[in-house]
Amino acid sequence: MISDLFSATVIIGIVSSGIRLATPYLFASIGEMFGQRSGVLNLGVEGQMLLGAFVAFYVTLNTQNLWLGVLAAMGVGALMGLAMAFVTVNLHATQGISGIGFYLFGMGMSNLLFQKLVGTVEGVKGFQRIAVPLLSKIPVLGEIFFNQNALVYLAFLLVPVAWFVLNKTTLGLKIRAVGENPEAADSLGVSVAGIRYLTVTMGGVFSGIAGASLSIALLNVFQQNMTAGQGFIAVALVYFGSWKPFGILGGALLFSLVNALQLWIQVLGIPIPAELAVMMPYILTILVLTLSVSKSRGPSALTKVFEREG
Amino acid sequence: MPPKQATAELRLKDRAGSIFDQLMPIFATLAALLVGAIFLILLDANPITAYGALVQGAFGSFNAFAETLVKAIPLLLVGLGTCIAYRGSVTNIGGEGQMIIGAILSTWFGLTFTELPGWLAIIIAMLLGILGGMIWGGIPGILKAYFNVNEILSTVMMNAVAVQIMNYLMRGPMIDPIQKEASSQIPQTARLIEAYRLPRLSPTRLHLGLVIAVLLAVAVYFLLWRTTLGYRIRAVGQNQPASNYGGIDVKKHIVVALLLSGAFAGLAGMMQVYGVNYRMITDGSATGFTGNAGFNGIVAALFGQLHPLITIPASVLFGGLLVGANAMQRVVQVPSALITALNGLVVVFVVSSEFFRRRSQKRRLSQNGTEQHKPEDADLQQEAGGA
Amino acid sequence: MKKVFALVSVLLVMAMFLGACGKTPATEPPAASSDPLRIAVVSPSSVNDLAFTQSISDALKVLKAEMGDGLEYAFSENMFVVDDAAAAIRDYANKGYDIVIAHGSQYGSSLQEIAPDFPETVFAWGTTVDTFGMANVHAYEAASDQGGYVNGVMAGMLTQTKIIGVVGPIETGDAKLYVDGFVAGAKSVDPTIDVRVTYIGSFSDVALAAEAATTHIAAGADILTGSAQMVVGAIGKAEESGLYWFGTQADQNSFAPKTVVASQVYHWENILREIISLRAAGTLGGHTFTASLQNGGQVITFNPEVTISDEIKTKVEETIAGINDGSIVIPKP
Repeated sequence: MISDLFSATVIIGIVSSGIRLATPYLFASIGEMFGQRSGVLNLGVEGQMLLGAFVAFYVTLNTQNLWLGVLAAMGVGALMGLAMAFVTVNLHATQGISGIGFYLFGMGMSNLLFQKLVGTVEGVKGFQRIAVPLLSKIPVLGEIFFNQNALVYLAFLLVPVAWFVLNKTTLGLKIRAVGENPEAADSLGVSVAGIRYLTVTMGGVFSGIAGASLSIALLNVFQQNMTAGQGFIAVALVYFGSWKPFGILGGALLFSLVNALQLWIQVLGIPIPAELAVMMPYILTILVLTLSVSKSRGPSALTKVFEREG
Repeated sequence: MPPKQATAELRLKDRAGSIFDQLMPIFATLAALLVGAIFLILLDANPITAYGALVQGAFGSFNAFAETLVKAIPLLLVGLGTCIAYRGSVTNIGGEGQMIIGAILSTWFGLTFTELPGWLAIIIAMLLGILGGMIWGGIPGILKAYFNVNEILSTVMMNAVAVQIMNYLMRGPMIDPIQKEASSQIPQTARLIEAYRLPRLSPTRLHLGLVIAVLLAVAVYFLLWRTTLGYRIRAVGQNQPASNYGGIDVKKHIVVALLLSGAFAGLAGMMQVYGVNYRMITDGSATGFTGNAGFNGIVAALFGQLHPLITIPASVLFGGLLVGANAMQRVVQVPSALITALNGLVVVFVVSSEFFRRRSQKRRLSQNGTEQHKPEDADLQQEAGGA
Repeated sequence: MKKVFALVSVLLVMAMFLGACGKTPATEPPAASSDPLRIAVVSPSSVNDLAFTQSISDALKVLKAEMGDGLEYAFSENMFVVDDAAAAIRDYANKGYDIVIAHGSQYGSSLQEIAPDFPETVFAWGTTVDTFGMANVHAYEAASDQGGYVNGVMAGMLTQTKIIGVVGPIETGDAKLYVDGFVAGAKSVDPTIDVRVTYIGSFSDVALAAEAATTHIAAGADILTGSAQMVVGAIGKAEESGLYWFGTQADQNSFAPKTVVASQVYHWENILREIISLRAAGTLGGHTFTASLQNGGQVITFNPEVTISDEIKTKVEETIAGINDGSIVIPKP
């Protein structure tokens, strides 16, 4: 029975599921990474995702315009990000906890708006699969990698773009400086507040897109609490990835692939209790991180309040 | 300041200002509720009726107040754990999972060994609850201290694992034998025998856990401010590298901080079983069992300015808010989602209000230089003096 | 500035207390028959979850449409924290509601404590059969395995790959009952049919339910079914692949018109009507109700947009008749 796992269908199935499952994590986690790199921890990602998911769904439902839906999700995410930035930068709120507040608010608002504006659960026509010309014809790999929907492609493209911005641009340098040593950055003329506002708002934008990827791309429906904790996993993955975009990619893929694997294990009838299968991605993520040697200490100023002298 | 102003008057002003600052979380809550009123109006609910129902639901009768206290108990316990952990500069958002594991261990014991005298069983159950929470908190602690695995990652993952363990046990090995045969197959354990249940203040649901929790709050106060261990925990929290030079084992204290905060959460889980439901039930999620106490407890601690004794009234107030909000829902029939959103608003506002409180406190402290301060204000002094 | 703040806060608190004092607690027993019947419902998920809670919510809407002003009802949804639900049940009883429905099997323990305190109130607890022997507690459940069996028979007849996929939340309660019945039904058509069951460990993870469905489909399943609110993800995947779905708990036909063949829909209103009339006759509890195919408590609702062969329809009627007269016994796993 376990040998069934090694067939081509299964492996293709696992990888393709893994790629889809990883998409929301990639958006949300990379957004969170920028925020954390500049020193801000945002635990409210889940709330931003839910609100983004609803707004994208609602706008698409009423306008049939998918990209408008994505834009709306980005807008709502930005708003929540701005609020978080204000609370963090200007009011020096304890970051871990303010995030929880935003999570509860986002969850409550998305559910409330859904109940009042939509009412019944219904589907929406979301992003369809786009086969990349030529590449999608490659046997096996083509089907897995090059026959997904637009937001999936965007999520994966985000990784090298984020890497580039973080490591090869002045902006990235400023972000990292603010996260490592805000006092020094400040003395060099970098606006710590400005950078943090930027990164945290961007984080909100990406969380919004992550939510949209669920409601109008991957699942084409909105249901209350549909993210079921993915926002928190996304934050956790930032640590797994050592605050590096490619590390996060690795983490998102690891988590999602193992999740896809456990589903196959159940489907193929391999006799493991369902709960044990469901646990696998979580346990493996901890294990892999524990055993991995190169772990970064993280931005030194993460969660620390910065106040300008004088 | 006019030199002619009497010192007594100054002191009075300072006192008033100080009380104002301490009450800041309450003002913040009121501000959040004010914003909530806008939503209520949009939902065709009368805010006065609604908030009246909230107050009445929380404090309006003996029974209501008892319910508030019942809600406050796990908040207080988790909050105490947070007071310790936070000062150890460790963020423990694994309270949900730790509550579950503590509950599982203590419930298993209570159902398996039924021949002991009640008081003994309860004590052992408490210890097991603490043990369960310590294990579930200790693992992230060790992973952080010795493997540099961030505790946010490990606790988030372990929360999920705890839920699955609970689901498996509740529907499998630990299921009530009656349920096993019934078609309903409710994933719950059998009930604890009468003797093992925490005594209640009839006819309310208020149980002995309150007394235990308050005693523990006092104990934590002593731990943090009157023992060497407590000093070290606080020192590590404030300045990790310096503590290292000072000969304090930073790693060990990170582990200890997570162990202790986990212990409290585990105890909170045991209380829910032995004091409230007398059995463990799952609905598949963590929140179904914990009621979000793992998170709300952290907020309560913040409400209480991370001071174990102030966390007591803070938990009662926050518990009242939660209980009252549900009562409000029943009266004005608004969607429960609004209550969740309101909960979030309160958290954000309270956390943000710290800024105003600290600023005003700093101003007062720097104006009135020499005054008798309690040791716990030392941290504030540092803040006021530094930046 | 501080003074203004403090003043506003004091005013706010005063307003709140004003509101609190203004309310008179309603503990008078129900009076003349011209007063509307008051029902309160406490349920663990959302009213529009397209599953468990929606079914009871729909039932009350049906009753409200029938009884008009003669019925007044209150609903507390998302009471998945047992404590909060207990407080809600007690509060509604305290407020003098005539019938309090505890629509969640996890509420049992709490109900056991609350019911004796309110001997005039009718309590209904679902889904279960235990009334605790109390005079004012009814119990109700759905024989979901019946509808599951019928769905399974249909699925067994429709499948061409002989592989069927099931997406479930957790292996307990109503979900388990339905799934067990479904498997038995499918196997009764053809014992070689492979019904694969996955429990994804959550009631709300729509994405995981969707991937579970995708996995089933990739593994060869051509018919899917499942239970609980997160299955909307799975239904969506079935729809994408042009496959069939069988629904349960609520009418899922409208969600994916070309995909859902039939749904086992709970009609709790029949049971509620009985409870109401029993109450009018003076009986406040002690009865156990089962929503079965026979008494109309569950109805296999076909999707008008999906055409199925007469052969299948006949078989369905035979199966339902068989279950009703006892000639078909649904085996337990």
